[in-house]
Amino acid sequence: MANNNEVFIEVKNLKKYFQVGKNATLKAVDDVSFFIRKGETLGLVGESGCGKTTCGRTVMGMYSATGGQVLFDGIDVHKLGKKDKKNFARRAQIIFQDPYASLNPRMTVGDIIGEGIDIHNLYTGQARTNRVYELLQLVGLNKEHGSRFPHEFSGGQRQRIGIARALAIEPEFIVCDEPISALDVSIQAQIVNLLIQLQRELGLTYLFIAHDLSMVKHISDRVGVMYLGSMVELASSHDLYEKPLHPYTQALLSAIPVPDPEVERNKARIKLEGEVPSPINPKPGCRFTPRCRYAKPICSLETPILKEIEKEHYVACHLFD
Amino acid sequence: MAQLSKDKFTIIGCENVNSDEILRPSMTYWQDAWRRLKQNKVATLSLIILILISLMTIVGPYINGFRFEVTNNDLINVKPNGVHWFGTDNLGRDVFSRVWAGGRVSIIIGLIGAFIDTVVGSIYGGISGFFGGFIDDIMMRIVEILASIPYLVVVILVSLIFSKGIGAIIIAMTITGWVGMARLVRGQLLQIKEQEYVLAAAALGANPSRIIAKHLLPNTLGIMIVAITFDIPSFIFGEAFLSYLGQGIQSPNTSWGALASAAQPNLMFYPYQLFFPSLFISLTMLSFTLLGDGLRDALDPRLRQ
Amino acid sequence: MEKILEVEDLRVSFHTYAGEVQAVRGISFYLKKGETLAVVGESGCGKTVTSKSLMRLIPEPPGEIKKGSKILFDGKDISLMSEKELRELRGSDISMIFQDPMTSLNPTMTIGKQIAESLIIHRGMSKTEAMNEAIKMLDLVNIPDADKRAHQYPHEFSGGMRQRAMIAIALACNPKILIADEPTTALDVTIQAQIMELIADLQEKLGTAVILVTHDLGVVADVADRIQVMYAGQIIEHGTIDEIFKNPQHPYTWALLMSVPRLDTKNKGKLYSLQGTPPDLLKPPVGCSFAARCEYCMQICREEMPEVTTLSESHEVCCWLKHSMAPKVDIPEALRGDR
Repeated sequence: MANNNEVFIEVKNLKKYFQVGKNATLKAVDDVSFFIRKGETLGLVGESGCGKTTCGRTVMGMYSATGGQVLFDGIDVHKLGKKDKKNFARRAQIIFQDPYASLNPRMTVGDIIGEGIDIHNLYTGQARTNRVYELLQLVGLNKEHGSRFPHEFSGGQRQRIGIARALAIEPEFIVCDEPISALDVSIQAQIVNLLIQLQRELGLTYLFIAHDLSMVKHISDRVGVMYLGSMVELASSHDLYEKPLHPYTQALLSAIPVPDPEVERNKARIKLEGEVPSPINPKPGCRFTPRCRYAKPICSLETPILKEIEKEHYVACHLFD
Repeated sequence: MAQLSKDKFTIIGCENVNSDEILRPSMTYWQDAWRRLKQNKVATLSLIILILISLMTIVGPYINGFRFEVTNNDLINVKPNGVHWFGTDNLGRDVFSRVWAGGRVSIIIGLIGAFIDTVVGSIYGGISGFFGGFIDDIMMRIVEILASIPYLVVVILVSLIFSKGIGAIIIAMTITGWVGMARLVRGQLLQIKEQEYVLAAAALGANPSRIIAKHLLPNTLGIMIVAITFDIPSFIFGEAFLSYLGQGIQSPNTSWGALASAAQPNLMFYPYQLFFPSLFISLTMLSFTLLGDGLRDALDPRLRQ
Repeated sequence: MEKILEVEDLRVSFHTYAGEVQAVRGISFYLKKGETLAVVGESGCGKTVTSKSLMRLIPEPPGEIKKGSKILFDGKDISLMSEKELRELRGSDISMIFQDPMTSLNPTMTIGKQIAESLIIHRGMSKTEAMNEAIKMLDLVNIPDADKRAHQYPHEFSGGMRQRAMIAIALACNPKILIADEPTTALDVTIQAQIMELIADLQEKLGTAVILVTHDLGVVADVADRIQVMYAGQIIEHGTIDEIFKNPQHPYTWALLMSVPRLDTKNKGKLYSLQGTPPDLLKPPVGCSFAARCEYCMQICREEMPEVTTLSESHEVCCWLKHSMAPKVDIPEALRGDR
């Protein structure tokens, strides 16, 4: 059992490919490595198609790994037998992005939250009911909400129900798969505050996946940036935003809209031309080459490796060879 | 405007206000569907008609005192009048009582047939859709082969093996009839399987039977109910068609189809004998179809207001 | 600058099984030629219903634009127009682009044809003329290889490109007003920046006035001239972009501004967040609609709707805190910092 600040989850050279046609392989996650310490939050950012959701689900064991390994407290997640998988579920849970699709429309909120309790036989009868009420209140809802149906709630409230469901079986690790992307900005703050508070109270470890960089910075201790299946930069929250080294990270940060007209007017935005290319049958070399201002000949030939450039600050870029 | 007093202007904040309250009455999916169905006048009317017809098949044969199988050589082919409301047939039997006795048989065939279709079809389609992949491929190929066997060939074969009657008809029609329901359930399952709430249940550690029972089936029920509502009339019509060919119900038992078949040679002279059974076949089928349409709209979660 | 759109006391309700939901409760605003008006608020505040009502896109029933509402465009009242007049108006004088480019484009028609459709209907062009114009439009929205792309289908375009195609369709007939309903919410951050820049660019070139509906104040800071903040079906504050960002007056506006995370907030500190959810408009609150979530709520706020206070020619706010008898409340410290 890992103690706080020890390495809890280790991802080694993880690969997840999907066969999408006769000769077409979608390399969603292509040789990604990182670790998460107990009690910390690792943020994973990138745009659509970068593989962060696939990465999160593969870490959870929901997808099999095409290559590489995921070690959860020393246990290989993809080599679990049926009974062990059930026990693993009690230690690692997931919160989904779409509050409208992640709750069964035919079940009451109380039953949705209580499902985990029922599956693992944690409480029965009155004790179960009390536990469900406790969880509802933990996420800021009322007891009465337990007998209602998902369609009667707003997006933010549904997301809170999803969090309560994940917490019901007392996990140690939660993968937050874009939990705030579908919510209004004002509600996002509610959910993020809740997650931070729960982490403090229950000692949780998070893998926080998102494409909103400002929120990610706020909740994460360390942040990894993904592009088309590869990890291009990994550093502490502070270092990544203060001193972004990879050209993609720099462009990403400059694209964040700031709610201040003066700043916006005077900002020199790094314009990223073109669209994000497809992760199917990618060309060799660094995937960012076609859109990179600093592209050199070597970039289209050799894939750069994630190297430690400064203390705990890793970058995969030929600029730092 | 009234004079505003100063004390109304002290800040009291919003601490104890319950701002997460839900004001609307809670409705389950079925309550909401029922409400929407009631708003659909055509569907409601169809439902009423079906209920009336069903009641009549239960009590109808006893109403006017003439039993449906009793013959009377003095009253052959009498036109509808005050005593025999629908007239009599070529053996002097009261048509009114026969129509309702026959209706009993037709509707029971419809209900039992649809029930068997549903049970067999949904189990088969459920397994195929849930497991997907190789199992799905094989199971669907079998379904396709069954679906391409000519219906009439099956019926005739079955009636050679089993003696003619209600049982034979039901077996004949359901042997390949469940295929439609299987495809429907499989399709729906393939769609729902990928929904995030199913993934969430799997992530919580739920085993397949729990996922099927609690998550997949309840969300398929809507589609199944609509399919059943369309299936029943096709059985009623199928029975009528088979009886016309002489494969169906034999005397003295009767069904709407048998009545129509027997009345057909006399069409030019005694049209009322064909008219009444045909009327009720059409009315029942139409009502089921319109009700099915209404149910489909009422049960569709996307059309919810 | 002249006003091309004037909305007076717009009230829109929906008749549902539970009763009448008053989605928009008496709002009035205007739009000047060539300017960008941002309509900001949470989900359910009525901003989308408002924008759809401007083009009468709300199905009536169950929706209803109540009598007494006036939507004056070019001298005519849109709320009273016939179907025929509305068909001429839509796409040609006023256009709209939507949030989800996936479902707003017809998957069975080529992009070029969808742009040309608008030109054929409203400008009476022939098929070839319209197609050529469509290719020009695709060029204008920075889609490379426009002549090839015009013959492709929506599924061959990426999310950002589909949004551009939608903009091309909307602007094909050079409308006077473009309504953009959350145009970038479904897009990645770098594409978002590209699209907003494109809209600003085109606005300058074509002189179109834009109504930008969004819940994200960050997106607004770059492009808007004026902002109006909506809550529970009412406009609670409106002003120029500098007035709203530098001198916001309504507690809800403060809450919205403080909810946007800045890169300089303390890591894992408590983010400002408004508790609770907006009121159910089935039974709209009697007094100020924000009272249940306002930390400055007073007794009067719960009893009566606040009056409108005019702070400048363009800046108005609807709040009891501005009343002479109310205690003086300053802009929260968090917002004052670098202003």
